[in-house]
Amino acid sequence: MGLPIRVLLAKVGLDGHDRGVKVVARTLRDAGMDVIYTGLHRTPEEVVNAAVQEDVDILGISLLSGAHMTICPKIMQLLEDKDAADTIVVVGGVVPDEDVTPLKEMGVKELLLQDTPPKEIVARLEKLVEERGPR
Amino acid sequence: MPTSSADLVARLKKGDLRAASRLMSRAEAHDDETLNSLGAIYKAAGQAHIVGLTGVPGSGKSTLVSKLVEGMREDGRKVGIIAIDPSSPFSGGAILGDRIRMTNLVMDEGVFIRSMATRGSTGGLARSALTSVDILDAAGFDVIIIETVGVGQDEVEIAKASHSTLVVSAPGLGDDVQAIKAGILEIADIHVVSKCDRSDSNRTITDLKVMLAMGINIAIKDRDGKPLWQVPVVGTSSETGEGIKTLIDTLDKHRNVHLNTELGEERLRQIAEYRTFKTAEDLLRNRFFKSTNKTIKNVVEQIAKRESDPFTASNDLLKKIAF
Repeated sequence: MGLPIRVLLAKVGLDGHDRGVKVVARTLRDAGMDVIYTGLHRTPEEVVNAAVQEDVDILGISLLSGAHMTICPKIMQLLEDKDAADTIVVVGGVVPDEDVTPLKEMGVKELLLQDTPPKEIVARLEKLVEERGPR
Repeated sequence: MPTSSADLVARLKKGDLRAASRLMSRAEAHDDETLNSLGAIYKAAGQAHIVGLTGVPGSGKSTLVSKLVEGMREDGRKVGIIAIDPSSPFSGGAILGDRIRMTNLVMDEGVFIRSMATRGSTGGLARSALTSVDILDAAGFDVIIIETVGVGQDEVEIAKASHSTLVVSAPGLGDDVQAIKAGILEIADIHVVSKCDRSDSNRTITDLKVMLAMGINIAIKDRDGKPLWQVPVVGTSSETGEGIKTLIDTLDKHRNVHLNTELGEERLRQIAEYRTFKTAEDLLRNRFFKSTNKTIKNVVEQIAKRESDPFTASNDLLKKIAF
């Protein structure tokens, strides 16, 4: 018996806008996924601790503050340190085009920016988990 | 290549929490190899104090858990939390939001929080919640708190799954206290009235005390008629911290009564019985779904058209289960 895909959605740092992440949470729930939402203003350490304990397939970070180039490397490093490098990291929100390649190079698997339709978010996440295979 | 579950169990027994979290996922997925390791985990467990916490939605369960655990951490006890939220009956998905109320605990190495979805289980627990409890127990946690979904009147399974059951009531429900007294209020080992910073909380405390005095086993007695445990009512405020220390002391007292009297042995037998039935039910359910997933659609179609009936069809389907 398979399990629903487990996703942790996190808002990190000084970013108080959570309408987007709540819409995504609801979309993923309606697609049959288990969504853990940890609330606003979390630190990278808190988010990674939660992701490790919850053993999520996907860690989704919502960022509209422009701090992605500071926060994402920290998260990738912490996941590595905590023996959780097999967590699929995706970033959603507002990210300038020129930052997409560097983020992918540091291990972010997918960027779901503000014009991504809900259906496509679901499809891309499902594909990422399928490509990863069992763990 | 995924790590074998046997390896994970070996790591778990040394207290490796990454192994714990992975084993919980695999157990929940009914991974065959992992199911074979669960027996060893169960046998390694049994040291922890398992506390069940239940109450209506919005009664302040998650917030109370966060304060309770903060208090328990002061004397160094390691605490695991299993927080359960409902799955959607339509999509099967879930929003698990109990962590939002527990952010004070996230950076504490002595606390482990796992969110679980009910996945069609109706008793207030998640299907493999107790396996997750075993895993935390085997990893060396001293106390494990199971927070049920927000319940109504009839989700009383938690009492068969925990050593000490807390039922949380919030003030302001007035006559509802009376209305629900035949159901969930009966299972409490300790009644908690939350939000005691509110002026109407005394009324709720009194209501509960009166209800207890009216006869729902006011004291569990031993053979000589000596009372072993009298269900207390503890008022708490997660806002001011009032009553949290009293609640922890009351829980410890209940634990001691259990460890030292026949009450505890009886409870352990009840839990074992419940686990056995539940586990058998889950195995049967999984095998049923596995062996019928190709044929079930046609069968349902026939029953809907009244060409067949659920009694004959179920009987036939059960006979085809591969053991």
